[in-house]
Amino acid sequence: MDEPLKRTPLYAFHVKAGARMVPFGGWEMPVQYTSIIEEHRAVRSSVGLFDVSHMGEFELEGPEALAALQHLTTNDAAALAVDQVQYSLLCTPDGGIVDDLTLSRLGPERFMMTVNAANIDKDWGWVTQRSARFRGARWRNVSADTGLIAVQGPRAEALVSRLAHGDVTTLGYYRFTAATVAGVRAVVSRTGYTGEDGFELYVAAADTTRLWEALLAAGAGDAARPVGLGARDTLRLEMRYALYGNDIDETTNPLEAGLGWVVKPAKGDFIGREAIERVRADGPRRRLVGLEMVDRAIARHGYPVVAAGKAVGVVTSGSYGPSVDRSIAMAYADAGFAAVGTELGVEVRGQARPARVVKTPFHPPRVKRAA
Amino acid sequence: MSNIPAELKYTRDHEWAKQESGNVRVGITDYAQEQLGDVVFVELPKVGAKVTAKQAFGVVESVKAVSDLFAPASGEVVEVNAELGKKPELVNKDPYGKGWMLVIRPANPGDWNQLLTPKQYEEHIAQGGH
Repeated sequence: MDEPLKRTPLYAFHVKAGARMVPFGGWEMPVQYTSIIEEHRAVRSSVGLFDVSHMGEFELEGPEALAALQHLTTNDAAALAVDQVQYSLLCTPDGGIVDDLTLSRLGPERFMMTVNAANIDKDWGWVTQRSARFRGARWRNVSADTGLIAVQGPRAEALVSRLAHGDVTTLGYYRFTAATVAGVRAVVSRTGYTGEDGFELYVAAADTTRLWEALLAAGAGDAARPVGLGARDTLRLEMRYALYGNDIDETTNPLEAGLGWVVKPAKGDFIGREAIERVRADGPRRRLVGLEMVDRAIARHGYPVVAAGKAVGVVTSGSYGPSVDRSIAMAYADAGFAAVGTELGVEVRGQARPARVVKTPFHPPRVKRAA
Repeated sequence: MSNIPAELKYTRDHEWAKQESGNVRVGITDYAQEQLGDVVFVELPKVGAKVTAKQAFGVVESVKAVSDLFAPASGEVVEVNAELGKKPELVNKDPYGKGWMLVIRPANPGDWNQLLTPKQYEEHIAQGGH
């Protein structure tokens, strides 16, 4: 190990709470406090808190901020209203994915990009270098100064409302607002990675612990609890949300990954547009599908997917899904083997185990749709 | 502090063994289930299969990891816990009771003496458990 692992402001809390800490993308993070399955169920039935302060935030402002973002990202940033968020991608010239991200519009010429923790340095180099010609666009990496707490579950709205000055109940999905929560200034964003209703609260790093403890205390009546990365993974897997590094990376293109919905070629040129349109014209050669294992053996990242003894794909993510009580996975399957209902095998410890392609998400989302 | 019952013997790989009328009942220890986390799948041999001391007889899967299971004694499998198919969480909840995995009819009485006493197992864990 060359560098010591980074720690979020909540590190001391996690250790004191008895969390099992693991390295994740260069950070020392809690994988579980009690049990992954218990924590997962707490989020779906009530409310859980996630420390996601390790994620990165870049601010961009200036008269050319929008133009720079249109050049860098696949989604249409011009369609963003102020106080609105969109999911988007940074792509390479050959259509591979550099990162997935959310983009928030803070003002007519001000934006915030939220990126994956493991890619902060890579993305920072990418966005600054690739938009260098947009002189009227100024970037600021505010990752180290920003804490981020996700509050997720059916009781999340009640909990955040109790502590917020400012109305969060009417905040729509993928919208955000500035509010004071438990006396802490926050950007409250109705976004998340679990498929449940909830919020992500952006605060000054120095305020993270204070807000976290206030949320836990105020949420005691709803059995609010801290939730680790283990349950974060099972929750997002049930929703078929991609995890960078597992399901998407620089060798995968958005169309095969099922992310064509955030690629908007009509908005104008962007890095990777030509390559992606070529894939669109030919049809992707493989597709990211949802698999359900017939028995309970877990299909894990890298396990081969087979049909009649022939390799036709590979598992990218897999686990036991506590809310669906089955072993589930995401996998690339060659075109022709990707239709819902297709029976396939997954090689687990040298033996092909039966699996089938199923509709996703595996579990119904309950995010708050636009009113 | 993990639970290490005094009437059992142990392997370095965190299985426990119990003598029962000449046979040996086997499972994994409290320390093992705690390290693994939520058990979601246990792969066990069929009744009649032969197992060899210190060799893998199956696998226990948790959400995050897969671990081999090692036989404490050589012999023939005479019973397998069918409940673990539907309720793998029994391994976490009751590792020495309802979470048992196999019963072996031992081929070599000498295998029993190779196992760790509770005290030796306790020291083994204290030194890292590897």
